[in-house]
Amino acid sequence: MAADAEALEQVRTIGEQYKYGFVTDIEADFAPKGLNEDIVRFISKKKEEPEWMLEWRLKAYRHWLTMEEPKWQKPQYPEIDFQDSYYYAAPKTGDKPKSLDEVDPQLLEVYEKLGIPLREQEVLAGVEGAPAVAVDAVFDSVSVATTYKAKLEEQGIIFCSISEAVREHPELVKQYLGSVVPYSDNYYATLNSAVFTDGSFVYIPKGKRCPMELSTYFRINAENTGQFERTLIIADEGSYVSYLEGCTAPQRDENQLHAAVVELVTLDDAEIKYSTVQNWYPGDEDGKGGIYNFVTKRAACRGKNSKVSWTQVETGSAITWKYPSCILQGDNSVGEFYSVAITNNAQLADTGTKMIHIGKNTRSRIISKGISAGKADQTYRGLVRIQRGANGARNYTQCDSLLIGDKCGAHTIPYIESQNPSAQVEHEATTSRIGEDQLFYCRQRGMDEEEAVALIVNGFCKEVLQTLPMEFAVEAQKLVGISLEGSVG
Amino acid sequence: MALLEIKNLHATVDDKPILNGLDLTIGGGEVHAIMGPNGSGKSTLSYVLSGRDGYEVTGGEVLFDGKNLLEMEADERAREGVFLAFQYPVEIPGVTSITFLRTAVNAVRQHHGESPFDAMDFVKYIREKAAGLNVSDDMLKRAVNTGFSGGEKKRMEILQMAALDPKLAILDETDSGLDIDALKVVAEGVNAMRSDERGLLVITHYQRLLDYIVPDHVHVLAKGRIVKSGGKELAHELEESGYAEFLEDAA
Repeated sequence: MAADAEALEQVRTIGEQYKYGFVTDIEADFAPKGLNEDIVRFISKKKEEPEWMLEWRLKAYRHWLTMEEPKWQKPQYPEIDFQDSYYYAAPKTGDKPKSLDEVDPQLLEVYEKLGIPLREQEVLAGVEGAPAVAVDAVFDSVSVATTYKAKLEEQGIIFCSISEAVREHPELVKQYLGSVVPYSDNYYATLNSAVFTDGSFVYIPKGKRCPMELSTYFRINAENTGQFERTLIIADEGSYVSYLEGCTAPQRDENQLHAAVVELVTLDDAEIKYSTVQNWYPGDEDGKGGIYNFVTKRAACRGKNSKVSWTQVETGSAITWKYPSCILQGDNSVGEFYSVAITNNAQLADTGTKMIHIGKNTRSRIISKGISAGKADQTYRGLVRIQRGANGARNYTQCDSLLIGDKCGAHTIPYIESQNPSAQVEHEATTSRIGEDQLFYCRQRGMDEEEAVALIVNGFCKEVLQTLPMEFAVEAQKLVGISLEGSVG
Repeated sequence: MALLEIKNLHATVDDKPILNGLDLTIGGGEVHAIMGPNGSGKSTLSYVLSGRDGYEVTGGEVLFDGKNLLEMEADERAREGVFLAFQYPVEIPGVTSITFLRTAVNAVRQHHGESPFDAMDFVKYIREKAAGLNVSDDMLKRAVNTGFSGGEKKRMEILQMAALDPKLAILDETDSGLDIDALKVVAEGVNAMRSDERGLLVITHYQRLLDYIVPDHVHVLAKGRIVKSGGKELAHELEESGYAEFLEDAA
């Protein structure tokens, strides 16, 4: 796209100028490379944010400067040059494919297998001239989206971009943003707090049950998901919402680092079900060019009898590093974490959850299924903490790892801390290799090797996959098979 | 043309010779029984024919329907119509039996250019087959062989055989672990599948199974070769005399 090339050129020029005392031009549609307070101000201004939001961002930025990048995780990666990135409207690099003919045929093959329509393939692959908002091709149409929106508004449900929420619903944002993941939480969350540009905001009012999965709309709404997404979902007393994030097709992306923050809040008797299917570009067979998916996801079950369920199917990214967690504050509140993580080729994952039991009779359940193939390496890392006042708290954890081939790795690192003698904590873990006998059994019945692996692995993950909403579960099942292609033999 | 022709078959496992020049010809509609002492190569024969990894053919040839069987991958052999009822059916946790069956049947159907069954049609198809084998809907919903009793596992094997409709079925010690009632149900299921086209190779240690699945030919396998062949009465002779003479002869 000519405009992009032009924009890029401008940015380059401006970037040069900046060294000599450039002041950010608010009329521009982009900010130059690099990170400083001016960039933070620029983003805030672009988003027409109120002063308090800017102050919060700056506080985060200043704090970030004092922090060090964490190094305790298992997957190691080359140092990221934060001054070498764009933080607002990152211009496309100009080497977009002109048509599907120029797209990696392997990527297209996967789209074929998932049954994705042609137009949507173009969008996903980042083909030049593909619709900016993938309305008609992705799911339904604008009118449908509008109908949804009207239906939601009728119920008093707010579902909009986080930027819109900052402007239109400042009281809610002010009250809840950073209340679960504080701006100072961790290196990447702090960075996100300073420079986030995209993301969703959901508020479900008292007693309302969201009449639809907030997914279809999401896919239409957030075609251009950013590098630093910020999502905030609040379920007021007695309300319920199911939220779906992600896409089963591998998405090409120019940004290597994805540092999102997701905050969930449930008040008394409320429930949030948050499902993720993550299939970002994993890079080539050596992991080159893949996404770093460093995400902070946390839920506060603030109210009595409230509940949060995280379900994640992670098959993409070069490195996945995240621990969707629940802080169980309200008495009788429930936290659940269901996870399937598949790593193939050179992919790395360090993922798990944290369940912090504070309220009485709080319960948590963790079911984690890790599958490693190729030369991939995977770690389950989980914390179950029972605090002093959490009488009658209960946790059940099950971590199963499945290895395919003899060059991959699986590690389980559970941390269990209990300060309350009435608590019950159970941890079960298994590691197994995909059985030669199972494969032969399937093949003797006529299935080819890939079909057999997909079947066996889907069986292994079943407990988790069946917690996904129907429309996602079917796609996720296919995805499991596709992610493991070429992993045997 | 015979359905299966095994000529001078030699095979090793971990470089150890197990089959040493085995010859066997099975025609369509015939039931052959192979009997033999432990370690004579009975199970190895079934794995070599079905193409399991680790069973290396070092000599001889096997023609199936005139095609070179040994050139085919295990799954290809299955799709071409070679079925093995396992001595120890394998558990696949989390995969329902009906899903497993449908995946298998559809793989074979597609291989023969037929359209795959959708879920609804398959339920009808499989219920019909399951009824005769006393396989309940509940069993079809349970994970493949997971937590099944010995009898249930073997009934499920025969159900798979019925569903896949193979040209050649190899039953590897199908009687092991079965009480007499379960044995009868399984044998009835197998007998129901006898036809003019299908070949059956029944591998067993004991004659008992052959009272219920009556063979046309009985062969004695010892030290990796067929050392004696005869009619169904041979099985009874063996029951009386045991295998000792063949072990000495072959030694």
